[in-house]
Amino acid sequence: MAEKILMKGNEAIAHAAIRCGCDGYFGYPITPQSEVMETLMEEKPWETTGMVVLQAESETSSINMLYGGACCAKKVMTSSSSPGISLMCEGISYLAGAELPCLVVNVVRGGPGLGTIQPGQGDYFQAVKGGGHGDYKTIVLAPSSAQEMYDFVDLSFELAFKYRTPAMILADGIVGQMMETVELRPIKPRISNEEIIAKYPWATTGKPQNRKQNVITSLAMDAAVHEKLNQNLQEKYKIMERDEVRFETVNCEDAEHLIIAYGCMARICESTVEQARKEGIKVGLLRPITLFPFPTNEIKRLVPQLKTIMSVELSAGQMVEDIRLAVNGKVPVNFFGRLGGIVPSPEEVLDAFKQSISK
Amino acid sequence: MALRGAIVVDNEKCKGCGVCLANCPTDTIALAKEVNSKGYNFAFMASPESCTGCTNCATVCPDSCITVYRVKI
Amino acid sequence: MDIKDIIKPENRVYGKTPLLTDNVMHYCPGCSHGTVHKLIAEVIDEMGIQEQTIGVSPVGCSVFAYNYLDIDWQQAAHGRAPALATATKRLHPEKYVFTYQGDGDLASIGTAEIMHACNRGENIVVIFINNAIYGMTGGQMAPTTLIGMKTATTPYGRDPKLHGNPLKITELIAQLDGTCFVTRQSVHNPGNVRKAKKAIRKAFENSMMDKGTSFVEIVGTCNSGWKLSPVQSNEWMVENMFPKYPLGDIKDI
Repeated sequence: MAEKILMKGNEAIAHAAIRCGCDGYFGYPITPQSEVMETLMEEKPWETTGMVVLQAESETSSINMLYGGACCAKKVMTSSSSPGISLMCEGISYLAGAELPCLVVNVVRGGPGLGTIQPGQGDYFQAVKGGGHGDYKTIVLAPSSAQEMYDFVDLSFELAFKYRTPAMILADGIVGQMMETVELRPIKPRISNEEIIAKYPWATTGKPQNRKQNVITSLAMDAAVHEKLNQNLQEKYKIMERDEVRFETVNCEDAEHLIIAYGCMARICESTVEQARKEGIKVGLLRPITLFPFPTNEIKRLVPQLKTIMSVELSAGQMVEDIRLAVNGKVPVNFFGRLGGIVPSPEEVLDAFKQSISK
Repeated sequence: MALRGAIVVDNEKCKGCGVCLANCPTDTIALAKEVNSKGYNFAFMASPESCTGCTNCATVCPDSCITVYRVKI
Repeated sequence: MDIKDIIKPENRVYGKTPLLTDNVMHYCPGCSHGTVHKLIAEVIDEMGIQEQTIGVSPVGCSVFAYNYLDIDWQQAAHGRAPALATATKRLHPEKYVFTYQGDGDLASIGTAEIMHACNRGENIVVIFINNAIYGMTGGQMAPTTLIGMKTATTPYGRDPKLHGNPLKITELIAQLDGTCFVTRQSVHNPGNVRKAKKAIRKAFENSMMDKGTSFVEIVGTCNSGWKLSPVQSNEWMVENMFPKYPLGDIKDI
């Protein structure tokens, strides 16, 4: 039987990294996710799997360490929280432009600015619309439990290497800090340098006589070459939109109303839906698991049976824009959100929901 | 024993910077009156008889466009 | 003796190393970058470590270093090369990893990265080209620009009250416990080119001895930025740059 351990979501990230064959973690402390690096340092994986763990001088440096490691096709990751991710955005853009795989975990707090260390979802735009400069996207996975924090580490690496793109786990202070039982998955060994050379011929592994030099860059001085590079990225994103959408639905079969929420808010809204059902309101819940690619088609599929949709977020309304694009005006799309680190109760959401459908 | 040298300049790569001239102890090198396809007056061995093959010119050449030959006579 | 009898393969005593590609360098005539590229290529060739070497190029004129040295390269964001090199060396301790950075990249925007990589004592080589100006962007003030020196952003000369003071970052780096070899060299004449090459070779050798970071500054010219001929630039450098940035080993342990 698989081992189950009670742990924080942030700790789950660290244990998953070691157990899924991660080669390197580079990070900088910031609340509410410092347990990730603390757990790694305590576990000393360099003595067991050989994984490198390094506390960098800044988030800027951390993400560029990822760039270096990813150039070598190593499984590298970092974790941070909102202001730290803002600092990393330049680097994430470079990684996306140079088509490099890596994992960035954002345990979101309330913003803008230094904001608050309480949970938030105000980094949705930054995460799913690129965040840094240029036309790029990252795969964004939104866990709503400690188990998903654990499972999405390996999944993120799988997707990041499949598409040669940065992947992001967009969590929040609640998912990072809450303790739940987590089932540990079988250990995956780190892959060897020889396997890397065979599997990832593009990597900077040292140029032997019999191959051309490998140069990793996002720079192209020729506009035609650069346009092609950009078009390739867009092609990749289209394939992700076709093949990698992940979501969960609850009580949607006969739903006349739909609540859409992700991360910790999805768990709260599940209780809201349960209570509303008890009151005879036919409401379902859609929980996007991938925020990019967004479950646009699933929303479109549900639209004909719906009277209203409500997006519930710990923000001033960000995901709601993607929902409105999916719905394209066919049903009213309402919004309920709290800001500044306040997390609404299921009852508060229910009140807002009932108000929204009575309009 | 005397040393005789000679240099071969890759005319197309030479940018005529003149750093080799300034470092030639025997004033062997000069810049050509003609230009290469980029418009540079490339370096050439103006006084072949004085070259000792000391390699100074090639050592300081930023564009690695000088090859040096030397014989003992 | 006829020239034809001298120019024979068996008499070849010096020429382009095969580690340099056949691409014509984009650098201006007389630019020190080309000479330093050549020295790194010669060191890698002579040590026989092409397959074990990974270079990290910067943002600035030398962003295209990868077009000239036939090894694997990572092209870093502005100033961040030491971060890339840190991860690469830690994940590949068996490789020779070096950064190649200019004064804007290393001593201005990348100050944090270079300080901390050197302070951690990463077993990497840093090649730092100091020509006291931003070449690629058109001759603006660099952190190492001399007092009184005219640049596109100090058109009346660098005034410390307005623009701050020239940064002797190599002396700062030498203070860090993580560095084992810190030296300042130049490539303006054959003697100095040979010394610079020895320093680069030593730095590469150090990186496999677990001694810490080796840091080689090359005081170079930017004749376009300085608005002088290549030969005049070398003379100007000797007269003006060397008093502020004296050549020689600052630390060697």
